[in-house]
Amino acid sequence: MSTTAAAEAPAADGSVVHLEGVGLSYGKARALESITLDLPAGCMVGLIGPDGVGKSSLLSLIAGARAIQDGRIHVLGGDMASSRHRRNVCPDIAYMPQGLGKNLYPTLSVFENIDFFGRLFGHDKLERDRRIAGLLRDTGLTPFADRPAAKLSGGMKQKVGLCCALIHDPELLILDEPTTGVDPLSRRQFWELIASIRASRPGMSVIVSTAYMEEAAQFDVLIAMNAGRVLATGTPAELRRQTGADTLDEAFIRLLPEADRGNHADVVIPPRSEDHEEIAIEADHLTRRFSGFVAVDDVSFRIRKGEIFGFLGSNGCGKTTTMKMLTGLLPVSEGTARLFGNTIDAGDMSVRRRIGYMSQGFSLYSELTVAQNLDLHARLFELPAETIGPRISEMVARFDLADVVDSLPDALPLGLRQRLSLAVAMIHAPDILILDEPTSGVDPVARDQFWQILAELSRKDNVTIFVSTHFMNEAERCDRVSLMHAGKVLTSDTPAAIVAARGTATLEQAFIACLEEAIAGTADAAIQPAPAPAVPTETASPPRKRGMRFNLTRMLAYSRREALELRRDPIRATLAILGSVLLLFVLGYGISMDVENLTFAVLDRDDSAISRDYSLQIAGSRYFTQKSPIIDYADLDRRMRAGEIGLAIELPPGFGRDVSRGRHVEIGAWVDGANPTRAETLRSYAQAIHATWLAQKGRELYGEAAIAGSYQLQLRYRYNPDVISVVAMAPGIIPLLLVMIPAVLAALAVVREKELGSIVNFYVTPVTRLEFLLGTQLPYVVLAFGNFLLLVGFALVVFRVPFTGSFPTYALAALLYVTATTGMGLVISAFMNSQIAALFGTVLVTLIPAIQYSGLIDPVSSLQGAGALIGRLYPTTYFVTISRGTFSKGLAFDTLHNDLLALAIMVPILVIAGAMLLKKQAR
Amino acid sequence: MRFDNVFRLGIKELRGLVRDPMLLVLIVYSFTLAVYAGAKALPETLNRAAIAVVDEDHSPISTRIEMAFTPPYFSEPRLISQYEMDRRMDAGLDTFALDIPPDFQRDLLARKSPTIQLNVDATRISQAFNGGGYIEQIVSAEVAEFLAHTRNAQAVPIELALRARFNPELKKSWFGAIDHVITSITMLSIILTGAALIREREHGTIEHLLVMPVTPLEIMVSKVWSMGAVVLVASALSIAFVVKGWLQVTIDGSLALFLVGAALMLFATTSMGIFLATVAGSMPQFGLLLIMILLPLQTLSGSMTPRESMPQFVQDIMLAAPNTHFVMLAQAILFRGAGLEAVWPQLVALALIGGVFFVIALRRFRAFLA
Repeated sequence: MSTTAAAEAPAADGSVVHLEGVGLSYGKARALESITLDLPAGCMVGLIGPDGVGKSSLLSLIAGARAIQDGRIHVLGGDMASSRHRRNVCPDIAYMPQGLGKNLYPTLSVFENIDFFGRLFGHDKLERDRRIAGLLRDTGLTPFADRPAAKLSGGMKQKVGLCCALIHDPELLILDEPTTGVDPLSRRQFWELIASIRASRPGMSVIVSTAYMEEAAQFDVLIAMNAGRVLATGTPAELRRQTGADTLDEAFIRLLPEADRGNHADVVIPPRSEDHEEIAIEADHLTRRFSGFVAVDDVSFRIRKGEIFGFLGSNGCGKTTTMKMLTGLLPVSEGTARLFGNTIDAGDMSVRRRIGYMSQGFSLYSELTVAQNLDLHARLFELPAETIGPRISEMVARFDLADVVDSLPDALPLGLRQRLSLAVAMIHAPDILILDEPTSGVDPVARDQFWQILAELSRKDNVTIFVSTHFMNEAERCDRVSLMHAGKVLTSDTPAAIVAARGTATLEQAFIACLEEAIAGTADAAIQPAPAPAVPTETASPPRKRGMRFNLTRMLAYSRREALELRRDPIRATLAILGSVLLLFVLGYGISMDVENLTFAVLDRDDSAISRDYSLQIAGSRYFTQKSPIIDYADLDRRMRAGEIGLAIELPPGFGRDVSRGRHVEIGAWVDGANPTRAETLRSYAQAIHATWLAQKGRELYGEAAIAGSYQLQLRYRYNPDVISVVAMAPGIIPLLLVMIPAVLAALAVVREKELGSIVNFYVTPVTRLEFLLGTQLPYVVLAFGNFLLLVGFALVVFRVPFTGSFPTYALAALLYVTATTGMGLVISAFMNSQIAALFGTVLVTLIPAIQYSGLIDPVSSLQGAGALIGRLYPTTYFVTISRGTFSKGLAFDTLHNDLLALAIMVPILVIAGAMLLKKQAR
Repeated sequence: MRFDNVFRLGIKELRGLVRDPMLLVLIVYSFTLAVYAGAKALPETLNRAAIAVVDEDHSPISTRIEMAFTPPYFSEPRLISQYEMDRRMDAGLDTFALDIPPDFQRDLLARKSPTIQLNVDATRISQAFNGGGYIEQIVSAEVAEFLAHTRNAQAVPIELALRARFNPELKKSWFGAIDHVITSITMLSIILTGAALIREREHGTIEHLLVMPVTPLEIMVSKVWSMGAVVLVASALSIAFVVKGWLQVTIDGSLALFLVGAALMLFATTSMGIFLATVAGSMPQFGLLLIMILLPLQTLSGSMTPRESMPQFVQDIMLAAPNTHFVMLAQAILFRGAGLEAVWPQLVALALIGGVFFVIALRRFRAFLA
């Protein structure tokens, strides 16, 4: 394997991938630095190295999922910088990103997930069913076809991921850490599956990254990476020979530059002295049930003081649950857990002081510095104040944290952060340490350093250590290990005894034997791969239609998937269906401008027939409710301050007498100005009532002379003769709700994919941007239109808003409108990377223009400047006109066609803008 | 419950907040610019209302009436024909159309009591009501003045001296500013506590807390006090500097009493934040829930439109929401200068609601941790 030859003609000499001077930066951080490589075709190529050295970045570049920054990448004979080549070649590449089930849709079943990929690659129903049946059979997943992906074990998720990757017969299979977090048996099955597929398709090339050196030893070619650079390439044997190491683990450590190796020394754990026979941890028939399944089933073991006890098993087999029961985090369903002979009580604080616990996703406060983290924990454990300082210094010295005490944990490398976590767990000098996968993702050097500390704690300080791990070389260091599977402990003994009992060469093989035995005895036997996997895709693969610009099947595949996902997410579905009706109800009543039941009270200092007549005039109005009379100014003041009365009237002494004699009289009136809108209404009502009363009196006193020179002002409230707010508001609120919620949901749909990582399926499959967007949009258009019907129905039935115009016109406008508003959501999604930002961003962007500038409150014709411009460009403006026109004004298509046309023009503009802004690769 | 733990954990929450620039920006924005914008953006009910006049009289008085409509209340009146009137109103171009009949002036002087017709687009509820009243006043003033030149009419000399208390000029910005402070208090207290809990769960640190000698009650109280304190301080500063200082709103009542009410309100809303965070699985779900909860709380609490114009059952339901009582209390204290003797019922209601919310949230939080 040469890294220099054939740089000009990359595909000619049988290399499948050719990289030249490839570099990549995330912001300021440099992830890859001038990588130049040739990967041979038809081989199994392994990328090895710890987390964060650039393996995943390199693989995503090769897969075309990430845009190239520096250098050149040729894959399958073409330049990956060219979008035309990527489009042509992507049906031949399959990419499985890192993370268990990262590209799967958790709420979709196994079958639905694979089916989705089949649709993306344009297989018809018959073809898909045939292929899926074959793949499920080969991977032993047939019995689980209907199980949601989220409820699968790690190993099963990875197999489903593999099925999705293999459905289209790729020539190049790219697997990013496919077996991290998977139990040894599933891991072996996984590789057997890959081997059998390769056997039946010899031309297929496979590129894999892994952190397990045992696995890497089986690959054809290895590329060792560190800090964004390639350390060495060659066959496993060559690498070992180069470095003179026995194992690949050692070889890798020796390949590291001196500085990174640190003061690495092989971990030596002295044998345990046998004088401690005190039992530290005892689990006795421990069982934990969650609704529907048993997570931990009848588990028993005893751990002696000072022992290092290892716990192995796949993700989801019950290790973490067992550990949580021992720490008192979870109550036990059955059985007992004892620490030093005392039964654990979840509420007992004294137990917690004896335990140090490190949970899986590190439990450090990323907002506190290293010193602050240590200090907080010391105080929460109530260390005496005078000992806190010395204890922290001691931990800092012991765990070698002196250089980083003032740093934030997030700025530290993983290995160091793990040491800090351990220091935090040790701050109160517990007798027992419970460590849940403390070394996942940590590089071999840091892992060894970590174990060196564990060895010291156990042997010198006599701390009992209960640790779970995926690494066999770590398991071998434990005094005793237990293997868990599906909630049960399969075996528990010293590593040497387990190997001897099984008669195998390594601990790993011994465990696999145990697992196979356990599985054979259960109904899960089907998990085993069929003995000779008939590779499903060797026959009759249909001719692919390449380079198609728009394909309805692919678009509908996205629609179908989106609809399924939406149906299974209760909070989103509720918002989508009921949210708008709830809000119509709330706003219909809340933005009501009907001012009724206004409170008023009278301070009547006259108490004559005329003054009482004046009060009655107000009380008779349907807008006012009379409160008990006011006694004096103090009473008036107090009651107005308390908000009890909105209008206070003072009729002066001698009011009746003065009125009768035609003398000038002044009536005092005070309006509560706290709410200015209400105050204005109050004022105008009061004036109107006063005027009516005056006219009446005038006629009584002066006869017809009073009418002289008068005129009538006839008020015609059109479209809403009773001036009921909700009749006016509902047709205005419907457009508002149909912009906010559909836009939010559409934006979330895309951004969710970005945040959860399944967007990578869009990057690496033949789906075009338009197919992706329209496919995602379609279910939301349907949903929003259904919502529209629901809202109209609600307005008609509950609010009793009369509908006077043409419903077909209204419905057509609504369809155009929701297509435009969901399109707005898609445009917004291009600028957002997190769901929470998309959510609030979309609400802001839609709500303000829709309320302020779309004629909902002030007509667009009264707006000025930017507001008027936004109003004219915003779809809500037109739909508000149509909504009010058809609801209240009895209008139809002939009067509203201009507004409909405006909406119709916006739809393609928004969709095309969304497609232009969407990136077909990660950046 | 150990107060020392509650204090330390609360300090930790505050440190966490300091390191989250997004939330800090949100807090500062909500209590400064949002309040300012809220005060300024509230549309005066009549702003450039579109009016058209159909003048079939072409007399001095009809011209006089036309000239009387001026900005900022009204746009320049557009002279249209009767035929155009219906079409323009259907298209939503005019909110008001005033139809002055032929021979209006002659009939007026001949005491025939002619009729002017005012067409109002009642779907534009905000302008329709007050605008109609304004137009009526303007027309009658113009007519009266015109007639005054010709001869004197007999009228009853009774005057209604109307004054607005607490906000004599009925400035909407006063109302808008306070309303926004109230909104920000509700929104931020729910977001901050909810986000604090979700962040802790997403980072896996909540589990870590529970293996330490710390009880769920201590964890919850620490979040309630720390986030409540942030919002309380921010709202006090906002009222002192933004509302009083920048916006020049006259505040009658005691700020201290208002802050006591706000503290009780925060007790309830921070508990609500904890509750919502336990219901929502993730930040996005929390955000969606927030929209569904926050909007009804704000719109129906009486801060935007008066409670008394809502249907009775809505008013009754909303009595269970802390916002309703807080809005009453805030308006009474800040606008009307009410004292303890007027607002004690609201304080009691807030304390009761807060207590109930806290207990419910604590139960839910315990179940969520187990």
